[in-house]
Amino acid sequence: MDVQLKILRYNPEKDTEPYFQDFTVRGVSDDWRLLDVLQEIKWKMDGTLTYRFSCAHGICGSDGMKINGRNRLACSLLLKDLNTNKPITVEPLPSLPIIKDLVVDMSSFYDKYEVVKPYLINNTPPPPNGERLQSNEDAEKLFESAKCILCACCTTSCPSTWTNENYLGPAAMLKAYRFIYDTRDEAGNERMDILDTPDGIWRCHTIFNCIEACPKEINITWHLSQLKKKISSREI
Amino acid sequence: MIKTFDVVIVGAGGAGLRAAVEIPKEYSCAVISKVYPPRSHTGTAQGGVCAALGNMEDDSWENHAFDTVKGSDYLGDQDSIEVMCRDAIRAIIELEHMGMPFSRNEKGQIAQRKFGGHTKPADPNDPYSNRLPVMRSCYSADRTGHVMLHTLFENSIKNQVTFFSEYFATDLLIENGVCKGVVAMDIATSELTVFQAKSVLFATGGNGRIFRITSNAHVGTGDGMALVYRAGLPLEDMEFYQFHPTGLWKLGILVSEAARGEGGILKNSSGERFMERYAPTVKDLAPRDMVSRAIITEIREGRGIRGSDGTDYVYLDVSHLGKELIDEKLPEITGFARTYLGVEPTKEPIPIQPTAHYAMGGIPTNADCEVLMNEMGETVKGLYAAGECACVSVHGANRLGTNSLLDLVVFGRRGGKAIAEFLKHADFQPVDESAADNSRRIIDAVMNSTGGEKIAALRTELQNSMMELCGVFRNEEGLKKMIEILGGLRERSRSVSIQDKGKVFNTELLGALELQNMLDNAEATVFGAYARNESRGAHTREDHPKRDDVNWMKHTFAFRKNSSYPELKYKPVVVTRYQPMERKY
Repeated sequence: MDVQLKILRYNPEKDTEPYFQDFTVRGVSDDWRLLDVLQEIKWKMDGTLTYRFSCAHGICGSDGMKINGRNRLACSLLLKDLNTNKPITVEPLPSLPIIKDLVVDMSSFYDKYEVVKPYLINNTPPPPNGERLQSNEDAEKLFESAKCILCACCTTSCPSTWTNENYLGPAAMLKAYRFIYDTRDEAGNERMDILDTPDGIWRCHTIFNCIEACPKEINITWHLSQLKKKISSREI
Repeated sequence: MIKTFDVVIVGAGGAGLRAAVEIPKEYSCAVISKVYPPRSHTGTAQGGVCAALGNMEDDSWENHAFDTVKGSDYLGDQDSIEVMCRDAIRAIIELEHMGMPFSRNEKGQIAQRKFGGHTKPADPNDPYSNRLPVMRSCYSADRTGHVMLHTLFENSIKNQVTFFSEYFATDLLIENGVCKGVVAMDIATSELTVFQAKSVLFATGGNGRIFRITSNAHVGTGDGMALVYRAGLPLEDMEFYQFHPTGLWKLGILVSEAARGEGGILKNSSGERFMERYAPTVKDLAPRDMVSRAIITEIREGRGIRGSDGTDYVYLDVSHLGKELIDEKLPEITGFARTYLGVEPTKEPIPIQPTAHYAMGGIPTNADCEVLMNEMGETVKGLYAAGECACVSVHGANRLGTNSLLDLVVFGRRGGKAIAEFLKHADFQPVDESAADNSRRIIDAVMNSTGGEKIAALRTELQNSMMELCGVFRNEEGLKKMIEILGGLRERSRSVSIQDKGKVFNTELLGALELQNMLDNAEATVFGAYARNESRGAHTREDHPKRDDVNWMKHTFAFRKNSSYPELKYKPVVVTRYQPMERKY
């Protein structure tokens, strides 16, 4: 079968504005990933088409992009799950500066990730010859948040991010959850102070876009709600 | 532009990040990576990382070492294997202390499960009694690599490591046996930077992309190995390439051995559990080389299932394990089967085929990660390598599952420690802007070429022919043919031209440079395989089906020459406590 795409193009060395370019790719089948279609264009039709990609099965988080209006990973989306009767629209992740075509500048995303101190803080010496103990139940409380692959699909799907560039965004705050709820961590209050600000957890207006965008099916809004409850009920 | 650091680490997967965390704060340390660190391929490892913690049942590092030696088909260097298996216990506990989230047992300790080739003697007092599968693999559901990579990235941030993300290394600077630094291209601008360094550690990962069906990410193009090879240094044991038995059919996406560790079984077209015929004791939990051969043999003898595209597969069945266990312990891989093949693993078997997975060979090092310049064991001053790109050799002819993640953290740390020691009395070597000239010449040649050869066409031909002629089974005739094909591809690769003439984020240029690296990797692999007239571990020669311990208890060292044939030299295997025995499971 054939498939048509409208891809947002932008080359800063040539273009003053981004524009859509139409492509028709022939001989595809409905079990192709959208990434396979992009590869077909890049390697057989137009070598200048630019996007990030690596593992091609939804683990590395490189190929987040806006596909038919929704943030997705191009490698985790098959053609059969898209309406191929009309052109598929492919754009870069919204709200981050475009470097070229579908490649966006991720630096502000990583800067916000670093703000929440994304590492275990525990100043009590661990047992000399063994692990810190944790029940499997407690461990599993972290697993959903620890699934995050930092693809930025959630943060760039959030209207609060679009209107406020200082907002920490769901990905960074989900990382904060992963440590605040880790029984081994001792810096929960420190992290909650970071979130307890107008550009932190309170700028989450429970819009649920992040859940729809998350390719790992993490219920991000639920996690952020837990943080809101915990922060608003803590003793100061 | 010249930038100066005490240490430059190339690659930000498990080994590179573990090394970076180990560098003392008083030294400046830069990590160069062609992707952002959390995109590294370590993140796709699933089933676990082994250490004889004994959290589920009695176990010992000696059991682990014996299994690793036997799994390596006696090609692994036993002194290094001892180093790794002894240190494994400390290394895993350390990861836990760093914050890595693990699945837990009832006591709240790190949970462990069975994995292929990991065993212990049935009679604890008799090491030579029948060996049965043991729970040794420490895991975090089936996302062990992902959480390990993220934990190490998090700890690098804590340690304020300087990252140069989306920088692609183009040259290794060595003069008179001393490493001076590397040259790298900023992908965002195509600008070249000379990184002057007292010490350089390569942690650049594997080269699975030289094969058509692979579990490897697109980044797995053997870049570090190629740079070392082109710098006149040897590559070791490149002919030993592991095919993981269970890749998703057509796609090659990894379906972890954990699926079999949890009780999944392989079945042929008649529903027979065929591994009972090949490995009567451990069955589906035999090492990967044996299971991959068994699957291809089943298919060749007509017991595979013919797919819609004319290729064949067998089944991995986990449906009998129940939805609860599958959802808890194997969520990711069963998700892949649903997404990519439309198969519901809780109800039906998963179509699988062997997939190119892991390079046992690589840049030769000693157990302190110092890179060897020759088969005599002399080292290059200031140059280190760790992880899949390196060959210590702890995996020999066939790596056991879970030993790769272990290798990353054990040898990443050892590399970091060795560098810290080296820096106490090391100096910078003089470099100037001209150090980038060689890289600039290569890049300009690609940018200005009008030759008309296409990257994708050459790459596809390389991948298809390597899969067919240098895959699970090999023979003299096929390898001869592969050598000819490779010569042709090498010639044509000089005429590759690209459409993207820009400097900003030119991924087509990157593809052209990666193609050269892949050809170098394939060359060392094919010539090593052609010369080795025996079958050992993952290297199976149909025309030489037996292991030959008299002539081949030795490592291949391939040196690139200006002719189209590398020079092959050999280094004896280090044997300490385990004499080669017949390898039965």
